[in-house]
Amino acid sequence: MTVESTAARKPRRSSGTKRATGADARKSAAATQSAEPQLVQLLTPEGDRVEDATSSEFAPYVADITADDLRGLYRDMVLTRRFDSEATALQRQGELGLWASLLGQEAAQIGSARALRDDDYIFPTYREHGVAWCRGVDPTNLLGMFRGVNHGGWDPTTNNFHLYTIVIGSQTLHATGYAMGITKDGADSAVIAYFGDGASSQGDVSEAFTFSAVYNAPVVFFCQNNQWAISEPTERQMRVPLYQRAAGFGFPGVRVDGNDVLACLAVTRWALERARNGEGPTLVEAFTYRMGAHTTSDDPTRYRADEERAAWEHKDPIERLKAHLLASGHADDAFFAELETESETLGKRVREVVRAMPDPDTMAIFENVYADGHALVDEERAQFAAYLASFEGGN
Amino acid sequence: MAIEKMSIAKALNESLRKALDTDPKVLIMGEDVGKLGGVFRITDGLQKDFGEERVIDTPLAESGIVGTAIGLALRGYRPVVEIQFDGFVFPAYDQIVTQLAKMHARALGKIKMPVVVRIPYGGAIGAVEHHSESPEALFAHVAGLKVVSPSNASDAYWMLQQAIQSDDPVIFFEPKRRYWDKGEVDVEAIPGELHKSRVAQAGTDLTLAAYGPMVKLCLEAAKVAAEEGKSIEVVDLRSMSPVDFDGIQASVEKTRRLVVVHEAPVFLGVGSEIAARITERCFYHLEAPVLRVGGFHSPYPPARLEDEYLPGLDRVLDAVDRSLAY
Repeated sequence: MTVESTAARKPRRSSGTKRATGADARKSAAATQSAEPQLVQLLTPEGDRVEDATSSEFAPYVADITADDLRGLYRDMVLTRRFDSEATALQRQGELGLWASLLGQEAAQIGSARALRDDDYIFPTYREHGVAWCRGVDPTNLLGMFRGVNHGGWDPTTNNFHLYTIVIGSQTLHATGYAMGITKDGADSAVIAYFGDGASSQGDVSEAFTFSAVYNAPVVFFCQNNQWAISEPTERQMRVPLYQRAAGFGFPGVRVDGNDVLACLAVTRWALERARNGEGPTLVEAFTYRMGAHTTSDDPTRYRADEERAAWEHKDPIERLKAHLLASGHADDAFFAELETESETLGKRVREVVRAMPDPDTMAIFENVYADGHALVDEERAQFAAYLASFEGGN
Repeated sequence: MAIEKMSIAKALNESLRKALDTDPKVLIMGEDVGKLGGVFRITDGLQKDFGEERVIDTPLAESGIVGTAIGLALRGYRPVVEIQFDGFVFPAYDQIVTQLAKMHARALGKIKMPVVVRIPYGGAIGAVEHHSESPEALFAHVAGLKVVSPSNASDAYWMLQQAIQSDDPVIFFEPKRRYWDKGEVDVEAIPGELHKSRVAQAGTDLTLAAYGPMVKLCLEAAKVAAEEGKSIEVVDLRSMSPVDFDGIQASVEKTRRLVVVHEAPVFLGVGSEIAARITERCFYHLEAPVLRVGGFHSPYPPARLEDEYLPGLDRVLDAVDRSLAY
């Protein structure tokens, strides 16, 4: 599989990518992209296995997936969505200052994350709750930064899952540097960097592409193109399909149905295999849709049409796998009922842990500013401690 | 004792060589640092001796250089990156400020960021725009960063190694106009603390505080002043974050007068902070307000005007006179 073979595949219109935009934008887009590029899909929205030329290229990468594995992927997606909806509710109840929902992107995250080995390193943005779940990061730890008690409540080195990065695209360079280090170490681990369609406009992402290409770094750039960067549509970010950008940097890019967990798993495994084989970086564009707001602070009804969301609802990643599990007889009612119970238990635990989360100690302001200490921090810590102490027993 | 006389440039080169030799995790990264040996030849010969995997020529992308250095540090390496000139650091400023500086705190101390960013800085070399600036205050203002600048060959040699050994990110400003100044380096000495100031010359009437390229100027000013019967103490700050306020305070308690000199614009510069803090600490010792000498609130001018823009002997001596006149 090469850039050429990916790019040369016959275009196939993928449904649901059209949206109401200005006529000019549509016209100019048409000039640079004659038709919507095809995307790798292994499960249709109805849950049927796809068998065409493209899928046959990637299907071998999931040939080993058993019914048990499929149920596992389904469970991951359901629990991640349950966690996400609980966090959204907690934000509405004032328990979190903000929440960035992953609703609709479960397949992209679970599919890609389940392709990774334990020794692979992950650089997320701030919406990769499903990836964190797959890495064994306790989901309640993800909520600390949104509640405002820390900037990331987990040790990145424990699960090889880096802290969330808020500045858009910065982490793609960290991922590239880390991958360069892997090469220097002579290891066969790989790195995956998550980012969104909006981040593709950032200079850092282009620089990460450049560095990873020239140093042949074992990094997979996993872009979840969820169609919207807050209120800016993809038309405001790019004039050619995103995955094609990789070609200009000298490595392959592929567009995958981001709502198809099986296809995401297959494509990420393929990209990771390339990385491990010393074939360098890959860009995976998971074509998906953010069903909710960018964060709880914005209101998507102000900037996008209801019909668009409705069109994507039909392609829901969880319903798709459920249909497949049912049609293939890989799961029965008891499985779904048990999972429902597990979901509720998770939601309850998240709720309880968040509400019990203590505020950090005041003096934490001065902790971990420097590894080796700093005279000014020491001075200000002492002054502030004395100031606070002056209230005790005083008038 | 193993004293060698060498230029600041050579001292930096020897320092990098020693760091590469001592610790296999140390990497040099930057534009033209390999075959060319850097535009100022600070990395001369290092790639030849340590290979392309240790001394890495990078794409021409400053954010990429610092951003990938952060990733390498996360993997356990200790990158020393070179920014070719002061004015070119700004494309990397985002990575330095939002990522490099904050990663340790963000990770509640679980992550260390042993990255050194070397920046040849300052003017007086007749360069074109963006090649003569002194942006140290912009970095000193950012918690999480340490900012230092050597003024002589011995400090160049030792401070750079100490910066590389530090688990904190260090912005290492090299006074490019002094690269060719020679001095004695004791390569077997036990160096002083990285962030402690140094009395470059003792005196009793007034303290001149400076760092990097301005230390030599202040020593010259002290010499001229001595001919006029004035005893000037020169304190080489060496570190802009943290600033050794104790060291300056000790000097000012003795001399009772302070003039801070730097090339950077005076407004909100490192000198402003020193003036404020020393006024707090030494209010009853001071015989005159703390004065500052530095650049103007203007873009760095074309080279034909830089002699007027930069503090020179006369402007320093004028400030000394004004302080002593109180």
